Amino acid sequence: MRRFALIAIPYAWLLALFLVPFLIVLKISLSDITLAIPPYEPTLDLSAGWEGLKTFFSGLDFENFTFLTTDDLYWKAYLSSLRIGAISTLITLCVGYPIAYGMAQSAPEWRPTLLMLVILPFWTSFLIRVYSWMGILSTEGVLNQFLLWTGLISEPLTILNTPTAVYIGIVYTYLPFMILPIYSALEKLDISLLEAAEDLGCSRLKAFWLVTIPLSRPGIIAGCFLVFIPAIGEFVIPSLLGGSRTLMIGKVLWEEFFNNRDWPVASAVAIILLLILIVPIILFQRNEQKQREAEG
Amino acid sequence: MAQPKPQTVFAPWTDPDAKPLIRFRNVTKRFGDFTAIDDLTLDIYEKEFFALLGPSGCGKTTMMRMLAGFESITEGTIELAGQDIAPVPPNKRAVNMMFQSYALFPHLSVWDNIAFGLRREGMEKDRMNTRVEEMLRLTRLERFAKRKPHQISGGQRQRVALARSLAKAPKLLLLDEPLGALDAKLRQDTQFELMDIQEKTGTTFVIVTHDQEEAMTVASRVAVMDEGRLMQVDTPAEIYEQPATTYVADFIGDVNLMKGNADPKEGFVLLDWAPNQPQIKAETSKNFAAGQELHYAIRPEKIAITAEKPAEAPNALQGKVLDIAYLGNISTYHVELPGGQIVKAQTANTRRLANRGFTWEDEVWLSWTATAGVLLES
Repeated sequence: MRRFALIAIPYAWLLALFLVPFLIVLKISLSDITLAIPPYEPTLDLSAGWEGLKTFFSGLDFENFTFLTTDDLYWKAYLSSLRIGAISTLITLCVGYPIAYGMAQSAPEWRPTLLMLVILPFWTSFLIRVYSWMGILSTEGVLNQFLLWTGLISEPLTILNTPTAVYIGIVYTYLPFMILPIYSALEKLDISLLEAAEDLGCSRLKAFWLVTIPLSRPGIIAGCFLVFIPAIGEFVIPSLLGGSRTLMIGKVLWEEFFNNRDWPVASAVAIILLLILIVPIILFQRNEQKQREAEG
Repeated sequence: MAQPKPQTVFAPWTDPDAKPLIRFRNVTKRFGDFTAIDDLTLDIYEKEFFALLGPSGCGKTTMMRMLAGFESITEGTIELAGQDIAPVPPNKRAVNMMFQSYALFPHLSVWDNIAFGLRREGMEKDRMNTRVEEMLRLTRLERFAKRKPHQISGGQRQRVALARSLAKAPKLLLLDEPLGALDAKLRQDTQFELMDIQEKTGTTFVIVTHDQEEAMTVASRVAVMDEGRLMQVDTPAEIYEQPATTYVADFIGDVNLMKGNADPKEGFVLLDWAPNQPQIKAETSKNFAAGQELHYAIRPEKIAITAEKPAEAPNALQGKVLDIAYLGNISTYHVELPGGQIVKAQTANTRRLANRGFTWEDEVWLSWTATAGVLLES
């Protein structure tokens, strides 16, 4: 009984905060737009009893999903999001791995401080941090002024409102999610394994490639998913840093919802996005599971 | 079972013409202010099973890590087959090491762990397969080739580590506390297995251990170390029977140490060691000055324990049984002399416990021959 109660808590949480909202969004995506409050129909009228239920279900259809295929804006936005997500994940990995490696190599008394520094940005509001990047990257921003002052460039660079700014924003924001799992994998690495590899004829570099990388792989995979999954749906960073030229599905979703007030189409966009994300989420879960089995 | 005729004794260290495989020459290693190895000179010969024995922190592991190339040498040189090894990085040395923690690669199967070093050599596939199979057979691991290290037992892991370090056929194999993680029974079996494998492969083994029994069992020669210095390097029998210092006598096995002043005679020494006790008579070839302070070391099993005073024993003391440690096969008696000194005597329990001759508080006689103990300078 106690075990059941313990398991029930996370399931209740999932049910209330994930499944129910998902069903609501799914229902809206199958509805039609209308000028009303709420801006869609049909709505469920339980007082009409069985008849009401019947008219409710007969009013639902897949019109909005068909609509998504007619306008190439949507699939382009999905593809562009996937591409931006993938590229920024790769950059985050390239930046995050050396940081995590350096942390794991540092003297043990330094590690808590370094960990703190990685988490420190979370103490400031995410929006404020993104706004401050606007201040850094804009034409008159800190970065351009610095580069002009050093004489490296003669004209200010246009970074803000380009995809570059979006990559910078995503890499910056999600870097801790990459560093932490890789660090935790590297920290557990037994030094004598590297010595053994050297003893058996590896150079330092080869030992890194044959021992360190494979043994930190679970951390790399976890970090990549933790960056890739939220990056695809990212909305704030592209809309604040990317300008009108950057196409991402999160932004399209926002515009459908708030500019067009087309809730059903926006919901359909959200449902498709979720379906796309389910694949990497399942892969991520599998990785975690395998990891647990290997350790157990 | 018919035994082959006895082979010539393997003792290259007694042959002045023999070329040592490893030469430590005045090697010193410092970590900051701490001197781990202090001006150490040592020769180890080919095909030896050489044990470095000492308490933790005596520098034995540092010596091994210097051989493997994981620690630099502060002063002096180490030669391997006539070549100074200081400039050779660990991955280029014809030396392999078996780590205390085994250091098996957890992401590779047993087979791939053993093949790891061969792959780095770029050995062609057929030869590598044969070599790995050979190693698996040698360590009786054929059935576990496909398993990952976490899927096998501690004893099997130890054998994988051994197979992996032997696969490259090194000139020298270093074993760092190889049996430390095994339980007593398995450890004994594995000791004999190690000796067997060492003999079959003809590889020179250097083993680091703090377990004196292990060192005595496996090694052709044992180096007893303390605080970065060699206390004695000799065969297990010599170290046990002829310890050079009281430290070695005390570290290896059980011993009675008696301090006294020498009264040298022709061919033997009489030792005044306690008031109201007869002098101890010890035969020796060494010369001692009259009145020189000496230690007399005698092993408990060399002392006979009897109820009556034995006739014609060069050394005989009377005392009272204070304590009996029953170990199954042997019993150690702690006998208190009238002056309060305690002497340990050991007897094999050839009869059942109920027939034991002595019990607590019994008056007994301890006796031993003039050659049973050794005299050590303080």
